[in-house]
Amino acid sequence: MTFNSLLQFAAVLGVLLLLARPLGEYMGRVLEREAVFLDPLVKPLERGLYRLAGIEAEDRMDWKGYALAVLVFSGVGLVALLALFRTQHLLPFNPQRQPPLPWGVALNTALSFVTNTNWQAYAGESTMSHLTQMLGLTVQNFLSAAKGIAVLAALARGLRRRKATNLGSFWVDLTRITLYILLPLSMLFAVVLIALGVVQTLGPNPVATLLSPIQGVDGKPVLHQVLAVGPVASQEAIKILGTNGGGFFNSNSAHPFENPSALSSLLQVLGILLIPASLCFSFGRMVRDRRQGLALLSAMTLLFLMALGALHWAEQRGNPALRGLPVTQVLADQPGAEHPGGNLEGKESRFGITGTTLYATATTGTSCGAVNGMHDSFTPLGGLVTLLLMQLGEVVFGGVGSGLYTMLVFAILAVFMAGLMVGRTPEYLGKKIEAFETKMASLVILIPAASVLVGTALAVLLPAALASLSNPGAHGFSEALYAFSSASNNNGSAFAGLGANTPFYNSATGIAMLLGRFGTLLPVLAIAGSLASKKRTPPGPGTLPTHGPLFVVMLVAVVLLVGALTFLPALALGPIAEHLALRG
Amino acid sequence: MALLRPALVFAAAFSVLCGLAYPLSVTGIGLVAFPRQARGSLLVREGRLRGSELIGQHTEDPGYFWGRLSATQDAEGRPLPTNAANSSGSNLAPSHPELRKHAERRIAALRQADPSNTSTVPADLVTASASGLDPHISPAAAAYQVPRVARVRHLDPEKLRTLVRAHTRDRTLGFIGEPCVNVLELNLALESMR
Repeated sequence: MTFNSLLQFAAVLGVLLLLARPLGEYMGRVLEREAVFLDPLVKPLERGLYRLAGIEAEDRMDWKGYALAVLVFSGVGLVALLALFRTQHLLPFNPQRQPPLPWGVALNTALSFVTNTNWQAYAGESTMSHLTQMLGLTVQNFLSAAKGIAVLAALARGLRRRKATNLGSFWVDLTRITLYILLPLSMLFAVVLIALGVVQTLGPNPVATLLSPIQGVDGKPVLHQVLAVGPVASQEAIKILGTNGGGFFNSNSAHPFENPSALSSLLQVLGILLIPASLCFSFGRMVRDRRQGLALLSAMTLLFLMALGALHWAEQRGNPALRGLPVTQVLADQPGAEHPGGNLEGKESRFGITGTTLYATATTGTSCGAVNGMHDSFTPLGGLVTLLLMQLGEVVFGGVGSGLYTMLVFAILAVFMAGLMVGRTPEYLGKKIEAFETKMASLVILIPAASVLVGTALAVLLPAALASLSNPGAHGFSEALYAFSSASNNNGSAFAGLGANTPFYNSATGIAMLLGRFGTLLPVLAIAGSLASKKRTPPGPGTLPTHGPLFVVMLVAVVLLVGALTFLPALALGPIAEHLALRG
Repeated sequence: MALLRPALVFAAAFSVLCGLAYPLSVTGIGLVAFPRQARGSLLVREGRLRGSELIGQHTEDPGYFWGRLSATQDAEGRPLPTNAANSSGSNLAPSHPELRKHAERRIAALRQADPSNTSTVPADLVTASASGLDPHISPAAAAYQVPRVARVRHLDPEKLRTLVRAHTRDRTLGFIGEPCVNVLELNLALESMR
């Protein structure tokens, strides 16, 4: 690893940790309905919306009411998306005259965006009208992200309150998160992205004259280049900040119009990690113990650094399959002859190995799923790191809200295991962790894991599914494993060689995305409800403190242990087998 | 059902706010404050649109600098390099036999265009970019091609190296990203030297 790579990594993490505290404090105030500086601007709009919807800011919901509201609202979003996909040819802002989406891909995509997965079985620039991208996909980018943060807020309230049932109002949380956090941040980020070169226009695609004609396959020379454009920056901003990841273009943030420079790429990495990291501070504020949030953030950062180091090392070593050819994969830094070196297939020159591996770690550690390089072409061990980051349950900063609530489930498991070791009733933040909480926590871990493994098994057993694999041998298995790891953990990135737009993959990943989102979100709300009803016990001599370095190490160990025990056999069949074969 | 009214109201309200007001106001701000970038950083020469500063163009004319390999396809799924209406990488795994074949084919084409150049080829010239539209190559990849382009165009290699340097972008703030040569801009500059 060069000094320059280290400098880029340090810059991102340094700025992230600097911004996380003030933003986290601000978000905490928004979630607790305290006064914030945007009040004069936004408050009237907020009040108007409540009046229209017939709700009050003081409304209360127990965990079942909260869960039902999340489900109903997701259902409405699903129907709206489907309607838009099926009628886009009749609606305005469709300069390329895109036809309606077929049912299979329409349903898969609707599920994908409602669950904050943003798995894409379609190519954006050749499928979606500008209106669909804005009114459909951009809107769900906001709302699915807001839902994740809302559920985290409900869990924090459950931990904080005593002998209570009230977890707050989902509608109020949804509104405040969208109006006070997501919209202003996106607005700011979108304008910065445009300044750096991301396109934002509603006009038709410009047509350029090529430098020299390209010989088409049918023998006819191609003289022109159609430059697909659109309202990209506005969608890009929330795609990144809401850890959504669904790209405007097929090649996502590798496309120069979506991610034009190394600086825009670094800012996108920062944007992906910003809200998930900051929420640790919001959480600490909400439970009145900042050290708790800091411990969780430390565990996340530790896991992030391990993954980043491994991924960068694997990719910088290059591709052994090019051995014997007169090709250099060595990093060079002489002025006038610089070369990034390493495994450059599926990577953009402006990002190099450093920019691509940093992005890949951030996007798979959170449930973002945006990519600035093609993970399918990563070295086997590099691909393994991205797979594992998803399989761990998206807790390395994680999705907005969902990352932290899943990490809190791991914290509950960690105190439970510690309790078993010393023979005491485990507690977390003064709340006794009993059979119900432990069962629900197990569901949060087991449902996505089962979905990954069963889905992958089906994909390699059914002949119709096997046809989707684009790479031969062990890597083909990795493609299926990646698809279900991504869908079941609501990531959305892919080993994109996979032919994902088939009846099998559209329906199987659709189910996996649903299970991954609601199979974790509902048990988390159940835990929140159960914890809220308990009294608070003061810490005794046998209580495991959950804020010190000991607990951080314990938490990291539990996350890695659960992930390794569940997925090592599958990883051995895919990336590890491929690695051994390739090294020869 | 008490939940249906708020669900419908918030769905409609946020569709208008996040799906229309937000993107349309960003579009407005973009077109006023950064019109060039918002429209795609287009390169116009002598009144003709020649491409975008951000989008590569495939060429195998020995008198031009060549870019990365591109795995993009046309609407029917047939190979059409640097098709900016359908971005895509190759998605070939390192172990895929095709990946090595693509590299071999590129090396053969480079050697055929310049048999006198026997130095090793920088890896970025024999691998496909992630988008298939990468506008850049590394300075090493440009330096590798200087003798060929100079010979075909009857230019002084030293003069050509100066031109390459003028189209090389160093790391932002001295440490962000990789030094890159913009191939299309460099090639357009070659044209105007004629």
